[in-house]
Amino acid sequence: MGPSVTLTQAPPAPATSRRRPRRAPRRGTLVAWAFLAPALLLFLYFKFIPMATGLVMSFQEIRYLDSTWVGLDNYRTILTDEAFTAAIRHSVVLALGTTAGSLVLGLVLALLIEGPARYLWFVRTAAFLPVVTTMAVVAEVWRIMYHPGDTGMVNSILGWFGADPQPFLASEHSSLLSIMGMSVWRGTPYDMMIFLAGLVGVDRTLYEAAAVDGATTWKRLRHITLPALRPVFWILFTLAAIRGLRVFVEVYVLTNGGPNGSSEVLMTLVYKLGFQKGELGVASAGGILLFLATLLLTVLVQVMRRRQAA
Amino acid sequence: MMRFDSALGLEARRGPVATAVKVVVYAGMVLVFTGPLIGLLVSAFSRTLDPTSFSLWPDGFTLDNFVQAADKNVYRYLLNSFVVVGFGLLLQMLVSVFAAYSLSRKKFRGMAVVMLIMLATMMLPEEIIAIPLSLVLADLPLLHADLIGTYAGMILPVGAWGFSILVMTEFMKEVPVELEEAARIDGAGELRTFFTIILPLCRPALGVIGVFGFTMIWDQYLLPLIVAPEPGMWTLPIALRSLRSDEEVGIGVLLAASLLALLPSIIAFLAFQRQFMRGLTSGAVKG
Repeated sequence: MGPSVTLTQAPPAPATSRRRPRRAPRRGTLVAWAFLAPALLLFLYFKFIPMATGLVMSFQEIRYLDSTWVGLDNYRTILTDEAFTAAIRHSVVLALGTTAGSLVLGLVLALLIEGPARYLWFVRTAAFLPVVTTMAVVAEVWRIMYHPGDTGMVNSILGWFGADPQPFLASEHSSLLSIMGMSVWRGTPYDMMIFLAGLVGVDRTLYEAAAVDGATTWKRLRHITLPALRPVFWILFTLAAIRGLRVFVEVYVLTNGGPNGSSEVLMTLVYKLGFQKGELGVASAGGILLFLATLLLTVLVQVMRRRQAA
Repeated sequence: MMRFDSALGLEARRGPVATAVKVVVYAGMVLVFTGPLIGLLVSAFSRTLDPTSFSLWPDGFTLDNFVQAADKNVYRYLLNSFVVVGFGLLLQMLVSVFAAYSLSRKKFRGMAVVMLIMLATMMLPEEIIAIPLSLVLADLPLLHADLIGTYAGMILPVGAWGFSILVMTEFMKEVPVELEEAARIDGAGELRTFFTIILPLCRPALGVIGVFGFTMIWDQYLLPLIVAPEPGMWTLPIALRSLRSDEEVGIGVLLAASLLALLPSIIAFLAFQRQFMRGLTSGAVKG
């Protein structure tokens, strides 16, 4: 430590001391911006300019090259149109169901496989594979497994327990639920892993003290473990809810919104409107609404966490 | 004697019943989460294929599906995916370490604003800006370049990623400043200091942003869907859909292609597991 401390405190070499004091800070700033420039430029071009363009377009009706200002009409369309309100409802149901399912299952599994043993490490690694698997592949695999006939894989397994074959993705009544099932399968190990990281941080002496006091396992869980996991829980909730609201690939690959619009979510509808029907104005407004919902959710959870912490 | 290694204390419970329960639970977990993937792996090499189900047990071994995949352009899609992920990741990592160097080392006016911008970009996933992004890519403002149907169109938008920049910045803050000041006094320039002193010290963090960037770019779906209207430019994930219902070849080619799309990210994960877990918890905790 000694030599480096003296080095940092040493006065600048005499040769440069005449120029340095005035130029150094400005040159440092210039270097800082130069190093930041690539990131800022890419963000400007591929995040902020599109966002601004989208905002402007959401107030316009766009026909080929002409665009006319229509104020809030596009937003009105989205909030009153039946297809859109249904899609928003499906998005919310899917987001809530996936989030709740993954959180509960993730917590239970995390508690079950907590521990330093080597074989638990293997179980964790194996269970985590769905999270790193490309979404498109997950969806293709599940589409095959959800085959509606009684030879379909999930139906065969249900058959072992004496259940009747289900139509899954092929029925209006179960398509959304089937997508949710796949999303929970992929989301659970992620939540499990984050909960496990949170469990490591729980004070072990508290467990010991509880045992001395003769507390049951349930009481220990209820009064020590779960309260310690609360911050982790909120982070996971926000992340999952946001991810759930902007779900696209899962639905696009599994059902593309069908049958009969029963699993259409906001993003698949926006995609169809924007790229297939050329309704750029309405589609942009859909994107902006999604952004606002995301923003609102984040702020809300932050405020709730602050209030809880205080 | 009770041990307190975990909330439920399951590991401390021995005896035949507890062991049996544990084996069933753990085996069940492994089966549920890897079963579908193992089914895909086995079926892709299987001789006879039931289009409605996977075989968990191989029925003969054949490479037919992978041979037929060539006729369906699968290897072209795979190549496209590798080009995009290769150049995309290189760009993303360079951009991240440069930005992180600035944010962790320099003090300048507007730094708080820049940090805010980085965080804001994480609220703007491509789903939200998909429609306008396609217009911007078709005619870049000022430059007037058309990136639709080009690799650049799939690479440049993933070039800057807030997550990587923030993870890198946090890590660089921990690298002692003295080393680099010593180099500077020895007369090394800014870039040389950066590449010879700072970057080698950041190897663990480079692993984290490398493996996360790889998975992130490999998993891109909407972006290639927007940028590549022609099959010749498709990446493997978006091509899967078109391989689905081919009367002549059945689902064999789809399974082979799915497996090829699955393997790189699984291999990256298994090879960089420690870095992956580190990034996972740091990313989640810091939002």
